[in-house]
Amino acid sequence: MTSRSAEPILEVRDLVKHFPLTQGILFKRQIGAVKAVDGVSFQLAPGETLGVVGESGCGKSTVARMLVNLERPTSGEIRYKGEDITRLSGRALKAVRRNIQMVFQDPYTSLNPRMTVGDIIGEPFDIHPEVAPKGDRRRRVQDLLDVVGLNPEYINRYPHQFSGGQRQRIGIARGLALRPEIIVADEPVSALDVSVQAQVINLMERLQNEFDLSYVFIAHDLSIVRHISDRVGVMYLGRIIEIGTDTQIYDHPTHPYTQALLSAVPVPDPAAREGRERIILTGEVPSPAHPPSGCRFRTRCWKAQERCTLEVPLLAVPAVFRDTHGPAEHDSACHFAEERQVVTSGAGPGETRGPDGEGGEQGPDPDNER
Amino acid sequence: MLLEVRDLQVEFHTRDGVAKAVNGVSYSVDAGETLAVLGESGSGKSVTAQAIMGILDIPPGRIAGGEVLFKGQDLLKTKEDQRRKIRGADMAMIFQDALSSLNPVLSVGAQLGEMFVVHRGMSRKDARARAVELMDRVRIPAAKERVNDYPHQFSGGMRQRIMIAMAMALEPSLIIADEPTTALDVTVQAQVMELLADLQRELNMGLILITHDLGVVADVADKIAVMYAGRIVESAPVHYIYKAPAHPYTRGLLDSIPRLDQKGRDLYAIKGLPPNLLKIPAGCAFNPRCPRAQDICRTDVPPLFEVDESRRSACFFWRETLDDVPVR
Ligand SMILES: Nc1ncnc2c1ncn2[C@@H]1O[C@H](COP(=O)(O)OP(=O)(O)OP(=O)(O)O)[C@@H](O)[C@H]1O
Ligand SMILES: Nc1ncnc2c1ncn2[C@@H]1O[C@H](COP(=O)(O)OP(=O)(O)OP(=O)(O)O)[C@@H](O)[C@H]1O
Ligand code: SF4
Ligand code: SF4
Ligand SMILES: [Mg+2]
Ligand SMILES: [Mg+2]
Repeated sequence: MTSRSAEPILEVRDLVKHFPLTQGILFKRQIGAVKAVDGVSFQLAPGETLGVVGESGCGKSTVARMLVNLERPTSGEIRYKGEDITRLSGRALKAVRRNIQMVFQDPYTSLNPRMTVGDIIGEPFDIHPEVAPKGDRRRRVQDLLDVVGLNPEYINRYPHQFSGGQRQRIGIARGLALRPEIIVADEPVSALDVSVQAQVINLMERLQNEFDLSYVFIAHDLSIVRHISDRVGVMYLGRIIEIGTDTQIYDHPTHPYTQALLSAVPVPDPAAREGRERIILTGEVPSPAHPPSGCRFRTRCWKAQERCTLEVPLLAVPAVFRDTHGPAEHDSACHFAEERQVVTSGAGPGETRGPDGEGGEQGPDPDNER
Repeated sequence: MLLEVRDLQVEFHTRDGVAKAVNGVSYSVDAGETLAVLGESGSGKSVTAQAIMGILDIPPGRIAGGEVLFKGQDLLKTKEDQRRKIRGADMAMIFQDALSSLNPVLSVGAQLGEMFVVHRGMSRKDARARAVELMDRVRIPAAKERVNDYPHQFSGGMRQRIMIAMAMALEPSLIIADEPTTALDVTVQAQVMELLADLQRELNMGLILITHDLGVVADVADKIAVMYAGRIVESAPVHYIYKAPAHPYTRGLLDSIPRLDQKGRDLYAIKGLPPNLLKIPAGCAFNPRCPRAQDICRTDVPPLFEVDESRRSACFFWRETLDDVPVR
């Protein structure tokens, strides 16, 4: 799926978002800033899925909101097909926004309870009437319901009449309404149960193939991110600290934080846990208003040395791995990057007893709606 | 046996009808043992725990039957003032959302100290000293300086550790932890679970760990009870469940989890949706979603079959599921 040679459809450079911290009621004075996003760069190729992972508060949602223009960057560029959309306004901006849509985390609160499903999914057409002329909307909405595996007859129902997984499908249908090229999905399955989660992930993968979509997929579940992503970026305190293909990141991580993150993922199979080494981080996540000097991870890093306090490590291929042509040769922002295998593989239920021929559902199923 | 729940039934009377949230749950946990209760959202995990603790919303809730034997005494027949003494002192609960379960206008030290003042009759000063000790014990750095801080001044992981401290304060013999790490990040999750497991070992407590994360379970539990639509559908020692589940629902749950060490094509997904508790399907509640369902499953409720001494499965076809005989 990854077409590295192709022009990126989206390119983010040095993206920064600082939220001012103010004091005083009448005379607000700025006393500092929450550095929610502090220099994020990445590229997204057409048809590719970039996964973004990281701890709560590291800035994932803020990046997402800037990509879809819900938040203005403090500085930096967001290039869509080469054009910096942070500088656009008016009609030109509107045309670009059509092509970058968002799917939100919480299927319970992101849908207006007083609107019918038809109105919710069709709402983007009000802003972009050129996509669907008035007389055609109902049919278009029903098509969209069908695409995401919901019964088109449900067009007049309200969100509370649907389950969590169905509501998430409504959110996805809405995201697809304007036929975007890029979908930014912010924790699209985090609020769902395991069994329903799998249904939604399968749907997203099917839609990607069908409509040639590019995804930025944000989640804190590392297993789900691996499943769906071609490349993965790991964020810590407002920065991407390591980025690469799923194999590079999961099987050959070189940044201590990525290694700790992967080693902490609970493995649902006792057999696979034996011989596994867990890196338990000590210390708390620092406040994004006062990030540590030098490497931001140094307050929790077991490898930290004086250099880490003085010098900010850049996101680049570490010198030790340059021209090694191995999987460790990928961007990692650490002065002392080293390979360390933390994901152990073991024969789990998934391998020894595949679901084939067991009525396992692959994609949406008409039985899902009642 | 420290705690034994027998055939517990809880219903909720709502505008739309009676929701049967718990339909005959039985499980037990011994001192020093960890029982993990697993199941989808709405399967009745929390309601069962609330009934054990005696903190159920009554009404709309109603306990329609069963027994909760704690050290041999049926708590459902015990007077409220006595239950209140047990609660907190000998049996404690940790909730999912630490921020909303801590009092926002009281310092953390005051809330921890309160336990010793109320239950042990300590002076405020002594209680404060114990609070600092507890905070140390759950590894809050600089506990002495932070004892007067308010809950919002702590990070999510620290707040959850304070909740754990509060539950541990009086060294109860049973702790029920309802999704104690769901709201936390993986790295912090690991810290908190490790702490909980350490303290449990130290104090030889019984622990009921409610979760829908199979990964968390694998790390700490001795045995598992899987719930579906208000019933236990499978119970077994932890390693058995992963190796060879004896119920198709458990099997489906295990197969739905994406794995960190591999990248498949499509994820397995259990088809359909969890049942509406106002209209639980006749026969086996799982039958509309079950790849193995036969006619009998649509008419008869499967009893909890004894698979072997330590394992139970509420499936007519547990043998086939266990042996993984393909569905004909
Ligand atoms: N409007 C705002 N004003 C001030 N601070 C904000 C604002 N929005 C976000 N922040 C702060 O910016 C930081 C990054 O937040 P963000 O929501 O992007 O994190 P996240 O990685 O999405 O976390 P989560 O996994 O919890 O969703 C946090 O410290 C947050 O408190
Ligand atoms: N106070 C209440 N009034 C009405 N119904 C309730 C009440 N509390 C719980 N229920 C219902 O009882 C059922 C079981 O709920 P419970 O909270 O035990 O689920 P759970 O297994 O803990 O799910 P989750 O994983 O989402 O926490 C649900 O359908 C819920 O709607
Ligand atoms: S730069 Fe230093 S502190 Fe940062 S991750 Fe690398 S070793 Fe750790
Ligand atoms: S009793 Fe029947 S429907 Fe229920 S789990 Fe077993 S096979 Fe499936
Ligand atoms: Mg977020
Ligand atoms: Mg619950």
